[in-house]
Amino acid sequence: MAEKTLPTFRGTPEQQQKLQEVIDRNKQLPGALLPVLHEAQEIYGYLPIEVQQAVADGLGVSLSEVYGVATFYSRFSLTPKGKHRISVCLGTACYVKGADKILAEVEKKLGIKSGECTEDGLFSIDSCRCVGACGLAPVMMIDEDVYGKLTPDQVDKIIDKYIAEEGGSN
Amino acid sequence: MTIDELNKIKKEHEELVLVRKLVKEQGEKLAEKTGYRKQILVCGGTGCTSSGSKKVIEALEKSLKENGIENEILVVRTGCFGLCSLGPIMIVYPEGAFYSQATPEGVERIVKEHLVEGHVVTDLLYKETVHSDGSILSLSETPFYKKQLRIALRNCGVIDPENIEEYIAMDGYQALAKVLTSMSPDDVIKEVLDSGLRGRGGGGFPTGRKWSFARASQGDVKYVCCNADEGDPGAFMDRSILEGDPQCIIEAMIIAGYAIGAHHGFVYVRAEYPIAVQRLRIAIEQAKKYGFLGKNIFGSGFDFDMEIRLGAGAFVCGEETALMTSIEGNRGEPHPRPPFPAVKGLFGKPTVLNNVETYANIAQIILNGSEWYSSIGTEKSRGTKVFALGGKINNVGLVEIPMGTTLREIVEEIGGGIPNGKKFKAAQTGGPSGGCIPAEHIDTPIDYDSLIEIGSMMGSGGMIILDEDTCMVDIAKFYLEFTVDESCGKCTPCRVGTQKLLEYLDKITKGNGEPEDLERINDLAEHMQKSSLCALGQTAPNPILSTMKYFKDEYIAHIYDKKCPAGVCKSLISYEIIPDKCKGCTLCARKCPVGAISGTVKQPHVIDSKKCIKCGVCMSNCRFGAIKTV
Repeated sequence: MAEKTLPTFRGTPEQQQKLQEVIDRNKQLPGALLPVLHEAQEIYGYLPIEVQQAVADGLGVSLSEVYGVATFYSRFSLTPKGKHRISVCLGTACYVKGADKILAEVEKKLGIKSGECTEDGLFSIDSCRCVGACGLAPVMMIDEDVYGKLTPDQVDKIIDKYIAEEGGSN
Repeated sequence: MTIDELNKIKKEHEELVLVRKLVKEQGEKLAEKTGYRKQILVCGGTGCTSSGSKKVIEALEKSLKENGIENEILVVRTGCFGLCSLGPIMIVYPEGAFYSQATPEGVERIVKEHLVEGHVVTDLLYKETVHSDGSILSLSETPFYKKQLRIALRNCGVIDPENIEEYIAMDGYQALAKVLTSMSPDDVIKEVLDSGLRGRGGGGFPTGRKWSFARASQGDVKYVCCNADEGDPGAFMDRSILEGDPQCIIEAMIIAGYAIGAHHGFVYVRAEYPIAVQRLRIAIEQAKKYGFLGKNIFGSGFDFDMEIRLGAGAFVCGEETALMTSIEGNRGEPHPRPPFPAVKGLFGKPTVLNNVETYANIAQIILNGSEWYSSIGTEKSRGTKVFALGGKINNVGLVEIPMGTTLREIVEEIGGGIPNGKKFKAAQTGGPSGGCIPAEHIDTPIDYDSLIEIGSMMGSGGMIILDEDTCMVDIAKFYLEFTVDESCGKCTPCRVGTQKLLEYLDKITKGNGEPEDLERINDLAEHMQKSSLCALGQTAPNPILSTMKYFKDEYIAHIYDKKCPAGVCKSLISYEIIPDKCKGCTLCARKCPVGAISGTVKQPHVIDSKKCIKCGVCMSNCRFGAIKTV
């Protein structure tokens, strides 16, 4: 597979200032790197190398250390996510109720694989391990909304709703 | 805060909370005194929030206003009631009327008919609570709750987790007051040791012993940690406790701090649990405000403070040394023991680390005594255990049972059996580190040792029920995919071993398995058990070993006959239409994404196996059961 080029980093001065505040606030905290990365990702939506460099400089640690931590934890993403983040639960309770079929359907509908983002930047798909709504298995989340007791044939309509909303706002 | 002040707060709020605990008649009398003629408890846990409880609460508050009764009725947002599959759940006290699957429309009826006019809306109640004559049964008498004993979950679904005063009303912080004013650290450790409490995170190590090791360690700085990095997919006990009763964890951690001589605590909690994190934050703020956290607690001269650290999605961080490495801000990789955390843990200092559920038992043990606690459960497994019951079971939810309850009681009585009349095949406990309990062992009492004896383990409390449609090779593969993803890569046996095991399973499920593969799996598993650095690698082969032990015939069928008896493994099955059952409705042909189904209207259809991609859409859509896998 051809390597995808990362989009150009477009950090704003406001974001930079926010990050600096986070770094200043946490600098003296023992084990500050994880809390800072959490907040940095909240500010930028992901952790591009430029942000990792800023965190490394701010906390006085090497970039390789920051990169090592950022790539170790699945919650940190080095690539941007879609405007709408689709997360299909592949926890055990969902799996035994056919969550793999739901994921396949979402991938087919959007033409991308789990972990990827559509070219227009509207959707990204991830699988996750248990959102804790096992009573509704199988479950998928789009942004903050939870869709439960799913069957593969419902996927199309659910995603279409988001596509229609986007079309309407343009 | 003094004990007198604590008791004063308790007295002021006691009646309000007691209404929810009493039988109807007593509750009614008490309700008059509280200023609210009725209380509505709505579940605000993750399960019910996912099924829409926020909208239900909004509709409820709006409807109460419209009817002008918002000042007579108290709305309380609680934590998990346990019956997650019936969410959103709401209960009206003092009647104890249990409404399930509430909707905004239903709420309007409940407000009008029940709260204004005074008739319970029987058709919206959870059906198990309604007698044939229309009278209602209290929740504790329903099959789901009858066999449960709620100690760790005692306040979940009863109190408002964002209101410390309700916790105090339920004897909250009485245990801490008792410890700080009348017990020595050694007394506390002895009480916990005598109770027989063992670690609920899965390891089962005696909690009192852990504490005594940390107490014996020299050092002016020590730490108390709470493991709330619940990583087993399909387990949500710890999350529910944090969401439903966060103060009980704080109280227990302060007690642990006093016992071992620590003044600082860390709760390491999954970032994937936003509601739990938020409630814990609020709880810590309130505990500080009331003086339970801070300097000179209860005038005893003992200081304790605590903070939250967020995990970032790494299963291995549930392992104690990895968890502490992560709090220190590093890649969460485990390191060899000894030194044990009790000697050299977080930031190199003596540390006690316990799981959320373990802490949830502490205050009750202190208040009621070790004798009371050790009278519950079995000889070597005292007390209760919380399970997240999920998978192919009617009552998906959270249950707390005395140790020694049999699997049959959980599945058939509490769980309400298997949906769609299917047969129970096995229960999986312990998640990716555990194994399965097959139908032949359904009468096994659930305790640490009995489960290990039959090749499974207690684990942290995930219990997934599997029915006849589950392929055991496929489920083992599911867990191995998980451990391959989550192996941190530090030690070779786990990093390479999990990958190799997955390759064998992949080969077998694709129909390329060789008879020797079973032997190879066994050999590799033994190496991994003996030489992996931490429990993740040591236990990673368990899902395969236990399925191979009890369902060897399924492995044989995959390897020798190239068949998947449960009809799950795509490479080994094909879909066929049963001509006698097919009505020719054309639904399957229209739904098939690749146009593999043909036929004329009202005539039996056929599937072209060359075109078929085995997605199963036809089968899940057929209304006549005319499609089978072979």
